[in-house]
Amino acid sequence: MQILGMSAPLLDPRDVVFQLFDVLDTDALTARPRFAEGSREMYEAVLATARTIAEEQLAPHRQRNDEHEPTVVNGQVVLIPEVGVAVQAMAEAGFIGASLDAEAGGMQLPYSVVAAALGWFDAANVATTSYALLTSAAAHLIATFGTAAQRERFLPAMLTGHFAGTMALTEPDAGSSLADVRTTATPLPDGSGYALRGTKIWISGGDQEITENIIHLVLARIDGAPAGVKGISLFAVAKRTIDADGRSGELNGIALGGLIHKMGWRGTTSTLLNFGERTECRGELIGAPHRGLTYMFQMMNEARIGVGRAATAMACAAFQYALEYARTRHQGRPVSEKDPARPPVAIIEHPDVRRMLLEQKAIAEGAFALILECARLVDDERTAPTDTERATARALLEVLTPIAKSFPAIVGQEAISLAMQTLGGYGFAREYPIEQHYRDNRLNQLHEGTNGIQALDLLGRKVRQDDGAGLRALLERMRATVTAAQAQDDDTLRALASACTVGIERLERTTATWARASATADPALALANASAYLDLTSRVVVGWLWLRQAMAASRALATASPSHAEFLHGKRQAAAYWMRWELPKTEHLASLVADLDAIPFAMRDAWF
Amino acid sequence: MKIAVCIKRVPDMDVRFKIAPDAKGVDESGLKFDISDFDGYAVEAALQMKEKLGVGEVVTIALGPDSVQEILRKAMSMGVDRSVQLKADAVPADSYAIATALAAELQGGGYDLIMFGRMSIDTAHGATGAMVAELLGLPCVTACSRLEIADGKGTARRELEGAYETLTFPLPAVVTIDEGIARPRYPSLKGIMAAKKKPLDTKPAQLGATAFTLDTMALPPERAAGRIIGEGVAAVPELVRLLKEEAKVL
Repeated sequence: MQILGMSAPLLDPRDVVFQLFDVLDTDALTARPRFAEGSREMYEAVLATARTIAEEQLAPHRQRNDEHEPTVVNGQVVLIPEVGVAVQAMAEAGFIGASLDAEAGGMQLPYSVVAAALGWFDAANVATTSYALLTSAAAHLIATFGTAAQRERFLPAMLTGHFAGTMALTEPDAGSSLADVRTTATPLPDGSGYALRGTKIWISGGDQEITENIIHLVLARIDGAPAGVKGISLFAVAKRTIDADGRSGELNGIALGGLIHKMGWRGTTSTLLNFGERTECRGELIGAPHRGLTYMFQMMNEARIGVGRAATAMACAAFQYALEYARTRHQGRPVSEKDPARPPVAIIEHPDVRRMLLEQKAIAEGAFALILECARLVDDERTAPTDTERATARALLEVLTPIAKSFPAIVGQEAISLAMQTLGGYGFAREYPIEQHYRDNRLNQLHEGTNGIQALDLLGRKVRQDDGAGLRALLERMRATVTAAQAQDDDTLRALASACTVGIERLERTTATWARASATADPALALANASAYLDLTSRVVVGWLWLRQAMAASRALATASPSHAEFLHGKRQAAAYWMRWELPKTEHLASLVADLDAIPFAMRDAWF
Repeated sequence: MKIAVCIKRVPDMDVRFKIAPDAKGVDESGLKFDISDFDGYAVEAALQMKEKLGVGEVVTIALGPDSVQEILRKAMSMGVDRSVQLKADAVPADSYAIATALAAELQGGGYDLIMFGRMSIDTAHGATGAMVAELLGLPCVTACSRLEIADGKGTARRELEGAYETLTFPLPAVVTIDEGIARPRYPSLKGIMAAKKKPLDTKPAQLGATAFTLDTMALPPERAAGRIIGEGVAAVPELVRLLKEEAKVL
């Protein structure tokens, strides 16, 4: 079987540059003291390194890593060797500590640049990339909340890829509800730390032999701690003991209970770990007692944006593949061509194929804009010049994070499905990459808080938080873009802005109506249609971001080369698609939310 | 030990590319550019040599418009100490014109070793390195797959058809590098940041006279799609029949 589409890029490199620099003006960050060493040229070089590693070290074994998922041999987890080589390449290049403070051994790059760079890794091979990114997340926690001695002991080895990291939160009876964590931590008599006991499940990267050691960040209750979320502490627990010189020694009482066999994302081990089951398992407290969940939640925005980024990258990769396939696969003739002796045309010539491709583009690049916007807000929250700007960034991030976590995962699934549709039966074949993206992305709707959890977070918490400050800031920011677009001497932009306004007003009106109705309603009913609200808000936000892309494209058109102009016209067309095909779906969603529609709510268990 | 590595910016040849409307080159839009593969091996070999000896300087030189600064920065982010851009509006098609400009820069630079890739992966002339050696009056060893420098002498290995040969040569010398010598390292983020502070000099290229002109560049005609007759043993009789009757090769 000849495999078409193999020369497709993982991401559209033009889009990465366009979104980072033309839309988000990332160069401007170099005016801030934290990024004073940076330059656009340097950021582009970082992206180029990420792309090269993605293409040379990650993409080539994406499929093999899926086919040869980790197994346990004589109690040890065996991965295909390419995984360790690739993780080492990412670490040696500096990506594990890319956004971390220089003082902690990081590269202190803007998070928005790092997010774009990591997009290349996710698009290439999300399963292998996970080992590096879990390590990165654990290192950030230690850097932020650990003592100087802990930073010294763990960080250099983690940032160079000698030690991996994990997040050990979930337990068999404490998944979405972490308040129910039961793992215990008993102070050791000599005061040197704690003995941990308990079972953790779904621990990604929980065991492997590609790194010398693994540092698990474990949520547990210190003996006598208060019940609920306020009694959970955070511990660093090493797979192997670490001596005074930083060398790894004996095993530290963590038993691998088994591997979970997943639908996708198979190359990342998903483990059940028993801490202190047979032999003592020592851990050390990170930060203050009982503050574990607070620390975790301070990292949660980035973790959730990371899930959205992975979903986005997979949708982009599937779209790029489908696009290349549609340009090289010749089948059928135009409707107007009656002569069967004429050669068949590339399937991109067929209108329905172009429709599918445009929907994929609108979703994938719209989601990418959402992820980079959130990543930029992470930068702004830390480094914007004034207190007001930092506070606004924080408020916006609170509202946008549940959207960034879930929407790319949900609509990304549709986009990947359309990529499969573009390939026809070949899209369903394992020789082609689409079906793996489809399976891999499915996890993004589940981990780091399911779609339902994100919807409740948005409507139940974020919309009401600080008397609605986050949503107000969002509406204001979206309206500012609309005003700027309407001031342009460009009918296309003005039409897009008008469509966007309809969505913004609908969101504002629906929220107000819902707030009034829910004030006197059963609280459970008030939140019963949170998913519809999440969908509505997401579509409006992505519409706004498409308007902003269309504006940036229009500005760039003035000086663009003929071929780049084609790309920019495509941006304006995709924005028009979103406004005409996707945004109007909010009308229906708005009515469900505003009416507190009770049909699913009133359904009874027995009636099923 | 002072080493110069001459590098060329080329498009990634793995992607589909188009011929430019003037038929004199490749349509550059949407293409990814990088250091030519063999030149990348040369940079890596030079860096390893410097690291092994513990002293010395590695300088990369590229000829062309400002877009070549990107590959010079990349080389510096890999560890090269400094770079020189020989500025020209375009890279001439004639290797001699290029070699003249490079020789003018290299002359008097005090280099012990001047390295090239054995050819660029876009135009594949494989001539520039040898021409520079000739212009500078230096010995030249082409297509080295291994290289060692010790006691002011170089030892190189060259791959032949089914065999290899080892040569010894005095320094200074020009060598061109084949694959197999060393896989280029990835520029690290730390290297990328350090590269920003390394010197990149730009000078006008003193191009030599051009002896020939490039008339046209074209893609080969597209081959007709293959035909699948069947699978396995069952397909053999039909295949034999077609080879006899249609292709008339049996």
